[in-house]
Amino acid sequence: MTAPTLGDPRPGARRGGLRAAFKRRDTRAAYLFILPWMIGFLIFTAGPMIASFVLSFTNYDGIGSTQGVGLANYKQLFDDPSVAKSMMNTLLFTVLRVPLQMAIALALAMLLLRVGRAAGFFRTVFYLPVMTPHVAVGVLFLMLFNGNVGVINKALGYIGITGPSWTTDGPWIKPGLVLISLWSLGTTVVIYFAALRNVPQDLYEAAELDGAGPWGRFRHVTLPQISGALFFTLVVNTIGSLQTFTEAYTAFYGTGQAQSYTSDDALFYVVYLFQQAFQFMHMGYASALAWLLFVVIVVITVIQFRLSKRFVYYEGDAR
Amino acid sequence: MAAPPPKRIRRRLALAAAFGLLPLTAACGGVSLAGDDSSKSFTTMGYGLGDALSGARMDQARKALDIKIRVNEGSFDEQQFLSSVAADDPPDVVNMDRAKIGGYAARGALLPLDACAKKEHINVDAYRDPAIDEATLNGKLYGLPNSYDSRVMLINGDLLKDEGLTPEDFDTSDWDRLERTTKKLVKSDGGKLSRIGFNPKIPEFFPMWVKANGGALITDDGRTATLNSPKVVEALEYTSNLLKIQGGWGKVKALNDSFDMFGTKNPMARKQIGALPFENWWVNVLAQNSPKTDLVAVPFKDRKGRTINWTTGYSFAIPKGSKHPDEACTFIKAMSSAKTWQIGAKAKRAEAKKNKGPYVGDFTGNAAADRDIETKIWKPSGNEAYDKATRTLYDVQDKGFAVPANAAGSEFTSAWQKAVNRVLSGEQTPKEALDQAQKQAQSVLDIANQGKR
Repeated sequence: MTAPTLGDPRPGARRGGLRAAFKRRDTRAAYLFILPWMIGFLIFTAGPMIASFVLSFTNYDGIGSTQGVGLANYKQLFDDPSVAKSMMNTLLFTVLRVPLQMAIALALAMLLLRVGRAAGFFRTVFYLPVMTPHVAVGVLFLMLFNGNVGVINKALGYIGITGPSWTTDGPWIKPGLVLISLWSLGTTVVIYFAALRNVPQDLYEAAELDGAGPWGRFRHVTLPQISGALFFTLVVNTIGSLQTFTEAYTAFYGTGQAQSYTSDDALFYVVYLFQQAFQFMHMGYASALAWLLFVVIVVITVIQFRLSKRFVYYEGDAR
Repeated sequence: MAAPPPKRIRRRLALAAAFGLLPLTAACGGVSLAGDDSSKSFTTMGYGLGDALSGARMDQARKALDIKIRVNEGSFDEQQFLSSVAADDPPDVVNMDRAKIGGYAARGALLPLDACAKKEHINVDAYRDPAIDEATLNGKLYGLPNSYDSRVMLINGDLLKDEGLTPEDFDTSDWDRLERTTKKLVKSDGGKLSRIGFNPKIPEFFPMWVKANGGALITDDGRTATLNSPKVVEALEYTSNLLKIQGGWGKVKALNDSFDMFGTKNPMARKQIGALPFENWWVNVLAQNSPKTDLVAVPFKDRKGRTINWTTGYSFAIPKGSKHPDEACTFIKAMSSAKTWQIGAKAKRAEAKKNKGPYVGDFTGNAAADRDIETKIWKPSGNEAYDKATRTLYDVQDKGFAVPANAAGSEFTSAWQKAVNRVLSGEQTPKEALDQAQKQAQSVLDIANQGKR
């Protein structure tokens, strides 16, 4: 009979294995190493999450006394038109941004593969904008996309297109913000570049021998081989887009004056959450808003994981 | 290549590193290890030392207090303020937008100043009524003015000459004429708006248009919203139409956003705008940057031809939990006294002279200080346009009104501003938008007045 190991699927084997492993000094040292992170997580992430869950059932305003209000904050979510509006804005932004960001990042990563020794230089160039503070990107958006004097509309004018008022016409605000968000797709490019470099060349050679053209090789070799990276960026970018805050807040809500001139077309969910918490002093309600967003993100992520079983290939996978 | 250390030493090093990282990690999370005894210094929030006036006034406050004053420059930050009050570590005094005072006062975040005024023998009647009314909730005073922004019509005199118009063409008591003038002055080049004829500055200045039309956004006691009253709806219909006839809100705002408001290429100098109502501070900016521009400042009139002046501004207030409430009271008295304002105004006049621009006066919210500055410190500069503008600004000081303080504060403001924006974006008609805003605003007022959500 062999001793149970960490990967042993037999009932009780894993538990016994962990206990046995913990007796080893190396394992204990490893846990000590991750202890600071665990303490930080408990204090700065799990703790506030539990606190916000409790606060979501109260009328806490950050200043005065607090009373329990039962489910009133959660009921209010369904009566408040700004919740639906901001959620729709955020979902539309996500639906527009994530596929576009992934497609452009993949195209850039594939170009990087072809530039040979200069790849390092261009990789740095693509990644540099990620270092730009999000606040600066928000300001940049107002300058580049101004309907009257912005560079984007001037460029469109050269090819005979009259550009829209990106920053002031409601329907164009979200597409404008999607475009400016592409400024920082460097991280996705780097991930795809690494994934592309790991695709075995012999698979391309075999496909070529089988008569596959460039599209066939991309469709049947590249995409399956980097599907893990594609799925990872899909999940991460979706979550990031659903939590969009800084660029929109800086561009449209940064000052009282700017806010007064902004329509709800720029009201993203987290911006509204922030307003409720710190401008209107409804911390309890803002907590309920935060938990609704958490649930939405969990549901979307679970759906993505379910669907991934059909599309994502992992090495060693029997499918 | 050096041999790796023995296994036992490696383990000990690992343990030491793990423990060593503990406090570092905690510090990264925001725990301050450095001592900072806030009881030994007096802290302010929301007051900047950007010009000679503010610096000279702060010097007077330093003389009045026996404690070191730490000035946290930068504008008032709601998140920072709320967090500091919640943590029971607020600044000792805060300079905040008066429109927000009601909301904070209703939640108990600010201390009433009535006892302070009595103790320090502050004559509250010396301050202008709108500034006091806007900072008074349920009969209690929560702030004393640090600024008093007046609004007048600023007209591009150079453009008037070019187009054969007179300032009377921008008479806000005659809405039909104003519309005709707007249509005449608006200009587009190749489908792109190149000149705004007249900018009514809504949503921001909507309360002034409502007042001009004989209406109000809220009752005087600050408890009942009147956002969908016929006068308010009519004011929104008229002002939104003024933007519509110039190509719509998107185009007007896009051009407006491209203006260099603080430089020599400002829209008055470049003739990019015919006229607009604006706060007094822009006259000061234009005086420094475009002294040769023919600026015409005239009072904003209601539909009966009477001068009205929507005033807003900042006031000093004392947060709940201030470690030095008595000193805060002394500070507020020192900063808002007529004597301090005079000293500050003299410093600003000297600064203007140094920069070779005209000094266009200061408007303080303290009626005695305003009189002193107008009669003793301000002198006609010889620049006729700006001298006349200054006279107009002093003339409208007594015609001020403010939106009454209310317990919902920012939430009430947000309700009517969003309604105006929904109309400008074409989402709703004025009546629909204001009906929705009325419902929303009354709901937040009721909740705030009851003290619960």
